Amino acid sequence: MEFDALLLSRLQFAFVIAFHIIFPAFTIGLASFLAVLEGLYLFTKKQVFLNLFFFWVKVFALAFGMGVVSGVVMSYQFGTNWSVFADLTGSVLGPLLGYEVLTAFFLEASFLGIMLFGWKLVGPRLHFFATLMVAIGTLISSFWILSANSWMQTPQGYAIEDGLFIATDWVAVIFNPSFPSRLAHMVAAAYLTTALAVLGSAAFLMLRRNVTSEVKVMARMAIFTIALLAPLQVLIGHESGVVAHEYQPAKVAAIEGWWETRAGQPTHLFAIPDQDAETNHLELSVPGLGSWVVTGDANAVVEGLDAFAEEDRPPVFIVFWSFRVMVGLGFLMVALGIWGAVLWWRGKVRESRLFQWSALAMAPSGFIAVLAGWITAEVGRQPYVVYGQLRTADAVSPVDGSQVALSLLVFMITYAIIFSAGALYILRVLAKGPDSSEQPPDRTTPGAGLDLTGEPT
Amino acid sequence: MSLDLPLIWAGLIATAVALYVLLDGFDLGVGILFPFATPKERDVMIDAIAPVWDGNETWLVLGGGGLFAAFPLAYAIIMPAMYLPIGIMLTALIFRGVAFEFRAHGRKSGRKWWTFAFSAGSLVAAIAQGLVLGGFVQGITVEGRAFAGGSFDWLSPYGLLIAAGLTTGYALLGAGWLVFKAEAELQAKARRWVQRLIIAVSALMAAVSIATLFVNPEITARWGISLTGGFDLMQFLVVSPAPLIAAVAAIGVFVFARKGPDLAPYLASVGLYLAGFAGLAISLFPNVVPFDITYEDAAAHDSALGLLLVGTVVMLPIILAYTGYVYWLFRGKATGASYH
Repeated sequence: MEFDALLLSRLQFAFVIAFHIIFPAFTIGLASFLAVLEGLYLFTKKQVFLNLFFFWVKVFALAFGMGVVSGVVMSYQFGTNWSVFADLTGSVLGPLLGYEVLTAFFLEASFLGIMLFGWKLVGPRLHFFATLMVAIGTLISSFWILSANSWMQTPQGYAIEDGLFIATDWVAVIFNPSFPSRLAHMVAAAYLTTALAVLGSAAFLMLRRNVTSEVKVMARMAIFTIALLAPLQVLIGHESGVVAHEYQPAKVAAIEGWWETRAGQPTHLFAIPDQDAETNHLELSVPGLGSWVVTGDANAVVEGLDAFAEEDRPPVFIVFWSFRVMVGLGFLMVALGIWGAVLWWRGKVRESRLFQWSALAMAPSGFIAVLAGWITAEVGRQPYVVYGQLRTADAVSPVDGSQVALSLLVFMITYAIIFSAGALYILRVLAKGPDSSEQPPDRTTPGAGLDLTGEPT
Repeated sequence: MSLDLPLIWAGLIATAVALYVLLDGFDLGVGILFPFATPKERDVMIDAIAPVWDGNETWLVLGGGGLFAAFPLAYAIIMPAMYLPIGIMLTALIFRGVAFEFRAHGRKSGRKWWTFAFSAGSLVAAIAQGLVLGGFVQGITVEGRAFAGGSFDWLSPYGLLIAAGLTTGYALLGAGWLVFKAEAELQAKARRWVQRLIIAVSALMAAVSIATLFVNPEITARWGISLTGGFDLMQFLVVSPAPLIAAVAAIGVFVFARKGPDLAPYLASVGLYLAGFAGLAISLFPNVVPFDITYEDAAAHDSALGLLLVGTVVMLPIILAYTGYVYWLFRGKATGASYH
């Protein structure tokens, strides 16, 4: 049997990056949430914030560990499977990833030790500082990785010398056109993902009639975040789409299922794009809305896929639907945020079973939206790995397809095992819920953590 | 005067790899020693590395990411050449990495399984790293700008010998670290481990050194020996401090294992490793992909190396400072209570 190293390498990259992104999407938000909780404790001295901190830090430790190990894999993928890409773009992307390691990874990894095990050793203030460093580390990391990824979407500030990409203007490379909106979009997505997971677990505990003051605080903080960020995220996402339309018109045409260049492009609410027939089946559309969204003018002429050669078009069906999943969930988040805010205003969050069930159902929606968004961004960049400059097909390593098939299989089994176990342990922690006997992990007094009397030591 | 950026970067990457081996080496070594400890001792052993292992492993990310950044061509050749052992290493590191937290959350059978995963993952990661190192030292087939060898080029008796040496060496670092972090019975046990391991490590390092002389005439000449029978005494004297220091350090490890400050066995092992590392550097310089590509051929564009150097000059002292602070903070003896 013939194995196609290109196809398998693409599948492998899609799989390991999709698995990886789930954890940063959660821990970027959780780290900031933990820093806020600890800051509030220092400021108010209210035990409830500290209890919540020690509760969520258990979840954070589990998720962060999975993020770390799946992240180490990523730093080797470019070389093992995309060596031509690594060789050609190393002088541009290498420094960005190098800066990520130097400014973020060490910061997170070192202060994580204090955050998880240092409570008794350093005291609350220095411990808060450590949590803050971890939170800042996750944000610095997003900065560099989004910069590198955005450069692949909208490359600027480079020249090609002897076939190799070299940087001519680092500011233009780092702050490439799609970077600001994409960074904002990703960080907001991470915060929303965390807030939805926090609200979902609060709702679960409310449904089980386990309503402590910790659960109430959790629910309020999450509702506040979602009500504020979900509408903002719609605007940021729109801005990101406008930039994409300017620099990657083929991507936007594919996302929208526009086959022909015309005035008054519609927005398809439903359609089944057919790449071979270059048309959509079963369209349900709002005329002119598409042109209005990307240009501000409902009658504007906007390029369709017919403006691009067949071999330069991304796979339409995938991005058309992944985009709709993301946007659909985004609007549901807006609705959930408003609903929650109204209930909170009326003091009825505890009583509305319907809201609690909805919040529980929406708990994983952030993760799904993040995955759908990344599928839209990355598949939409195809057939290029560096947009307009380097084709994915020309970037793959000279390795045997059978080796890639083997590694893909092993990664799938490995990730299935650790994902199941990790999800089980996280859900176990969440199902138990926070209470007033939350204890810090302790390194200095053996057995203190086994004290079950609930007395703060 | 302009800076020789590629040379600086060759030095920095080598430093990152050396730090990785010395730091992650001891926490992998602790995992390798797991089967020889009682369940209670294992909790103390995990405690002895829990606050620092993540930072230690970050040097591996810097090694991989730094190679990509500073020597993209070397990265693009070495990684496909080592496709399988790198995949094995990553898989093993995944299992042992999540095991730190998972072990504490697992119930009876879960805990047993993650204890096993931690230990086996540490062992397999060490072996795979040894195979990568072996495959690297014996040379990689290159055509143009790409790897052109076979999928199993790295698998050779020489590679297996290096894997045995590196794995035993990590166990020695782990045992030395436990002498520092453990008390009472476990500490006494760790001292006995060090005494046995240093004998095995010395024998394996000697075997690796001799075998390396036969890998390539370029290496042999570096040590003053010519395969046609000549011997260049001056050349040998210049490079001889490396094996001499290694021998002194090995004796130091053996002596300190019986008696002496708690940190001494680990530090003496570090001396032994640095000498071995210097020996490798002497053998391979200036190749960054033996024996076709030098660090100058593989270097990224000066614009990239320059930007990176600015960041490194600023960040590396800061990283070393807070890493040192974390080690100082957790300098006390491990208790085994962290994860309860």
